[in-house]
Amino acid sequence: MTRLSLSGHVTLENLKPMMAEVESLFEGTRPGKLTIDLQALQYVDSAGALFLVRMQEEAAKRSIPVEIAHMPPRVRSVIELLDRRAIAAPPGPDKGGSAGVIEDIGMASASFLDDIARSITFGGSLISEVVLSILHPSTVRWKDVLQYMKKVGVDGLPILGLISFLLGLIIAFMSSLQLKQFGANLYVASLVAIAMVRELGPIITAILVAGRSGSAFAAEIGTMKVNEEIDALVTMGFNPMRFLAIPKVFASLIVVPLLTFFSDLFAILGGMVVGVFGLNLTIHTYAVQTSWALEVFDITSGVVKSCVFAVLIAGIGCQRGFQVRGGAEAVGNATTSAVVSALFLIIVADSTFAIILNYVR
Amino acid sequence: MRSEQGQDGIVIEVEDLSVRYGENVVLNDVSLEVYRGEILIVAGASGCGKSTLLRHMIGLAVPSGGRVRINSIDITTAPEETMRRVRRGIGMLFQSSGLLGSMTLAENVALPLSEFTDLPGTVIDLIVRMKLSLVGLEGYEEYLPAELSGGMKKRAGIARAMALDPQILFLDEPFSGLDPVTSAELELLVKEINRGMGTTMVIVSHELEAIFNVARRIVMLDKGKKGIIAQGDPRVLKEQSPDALVRRFFNREIEERERF
Repeated sequence: MTRLSLSGHVTLENLKPMMAEVESLFEGTRPGKLTIDLQALQYVDSAGALFLVRMQEEAAKRSIPVEIAHMPPRVRSVIELLDRRAIAAPPGPDKGGSAGVIEDIGMASASFLDDIARSITFGGSLISEVVLSILHPSTVRWKDVLQYMKKVGVDGLPILGLISFLLGLIIAFMSSLQLKQFGANLYVASLVAIAMVRELGPIITAILVAGRSGSAFAAEIGTMKVNEEIDALVTMGFNPMRFLAIPKVFASLIVVPLLTFFSDLFAILGGMVVGVFGLNLTIHTYAVQTSWALEVFDITSGVVKSCVFAVLIAGIGCQRGFQVRGGAEAVGNATTSAVVSALFLIIVADSTFAIILNYVR
Repeated sequence: MRSEQGQDGIVIEVEDLSVRYGENVVLNDVSLEVYRGEILIVAGASGCGKSTLLRHMIGLAVPSGGRVRINSIDITTAPEETMRRVRRGIGMLFQSSGLLGSMTLAENVALPLSEFTDLPGTVIDLIVRMKLSLVGLEGYEEYLPAELSGGMKKRAGIARAMALDPQILFLDEPFSGLDPVTSAELELLVKEINRGMGTTMVIVSHELEAIFNVARRIVMLDKGKKGIIAQGDPRVLKEQSPDALVRRFFNREIEERERF
């Protein structure tokens, strides 16, 4: 028979060495009976109680009878808090765990394909709702459209104007350093105008709107999803796509081309500052050279591009919001995903436009 | 059952409803009927599938199997247009109230009225004031949901759910998280609406006091059995149910633990 006396405190702090002690005790000897004497034990916390339960289990595994002697009432009250059946039960399924690289790759691929399928489905529904709304304009919530036009357009104009102005200034300054050597100062105006109107204006505007408003759309709809507001809309008989997505898409569709126009204008003004103060051009000369360099086709293609970007940004923002399941973290993920996906699609669309417009011109 | 209830017909029929999420079975072959004008409480411990059942009863989710009929229309297969018509006949109070956070209480209550009726604005305003006073929220028209307490949000949610005078009202955990007085007020409101307007009510709740105060009939779900383990008068079930799980629920008995 082996008698094991515990004294002092058995707590979380000394659990690890005590567990190791128990293992070595059972490995070294095989007592016929184990008596655990708790008379001198002053204090146990829940970890200490777990230690005693583990002792019993280890002994039971080796068919060693265990007797616990002189258990103080305070120790008993702590030990009685433990549910032995729950401790012995196997843990629940590990939802977040990885089952291996192959399965992870499979799951990621399935999730990617699923995401594409959902995006296509959402895109189809959105387009059909947009067409229906154009055919029945009275069904559109125009008050919301105006509100989002202010949020996307008016509120975004100062930062867009500043960035575009500085961008025009930088392009003009950098190009002037080279063009000056050839006496081609005047072509700074053409370079700024063509670069901004054809490419940079729509792209800069789209990136800014995706960052400011696409993310806001995803966060707004995602939060509404978490708060059961979208379920409430469905229960009341509303179509959430028409109620929430269409005003945002229409507002973006109206405002993004206007913002693009302002972006072009501010960039040309930025270039003009360099032209007038750095290259000794007059305002009139710079303006005439700018208008000479631009064609109607450039402006039209910029507007068409910005319309497509607007639908992409608003559509992706709304889709990511509707996809939210869970809590605050899911809303954050949707917001990030809305911006990243919108930027990716903007670049893809812009590349496609570059190829198409090359043939159309 | 119909004669026992004293009601004149079934308004909701759930037939062999099953809900699975992958391997996880939440509800298995659940069948129940809701009769016109009754207050039915769906009760059970947390996580037994009460809210899931409710979401399927209003067509917010597609079941893995089975059917749900509201006024004989199968909402599991109904086209969207039919569903919209069905939904106009029902009102729903969500657990978190589901009020639109960007709108005032008046705008929230007016929303279904302005969307689905051609009433002039002045009449809508009048109805909004009437509905808000019905739930004791007169004077709060211009408040945003975030400015209200939990109990007030639930009452405002009921006002919005009642905006179109629905035939059926679904309430998801209306009494949870409320102080005893507010909870009692809400219980009284539910009974008054049911008595005064004849609205059929399906309430999800696990609050024992509310169950005994409000319910004429309860349906009890169990997590282990994935379905209904008892239905009937809660007072009778408490005393006479042959099922130990039911008695344990009503008598607040905890499961015996294996002690050290």
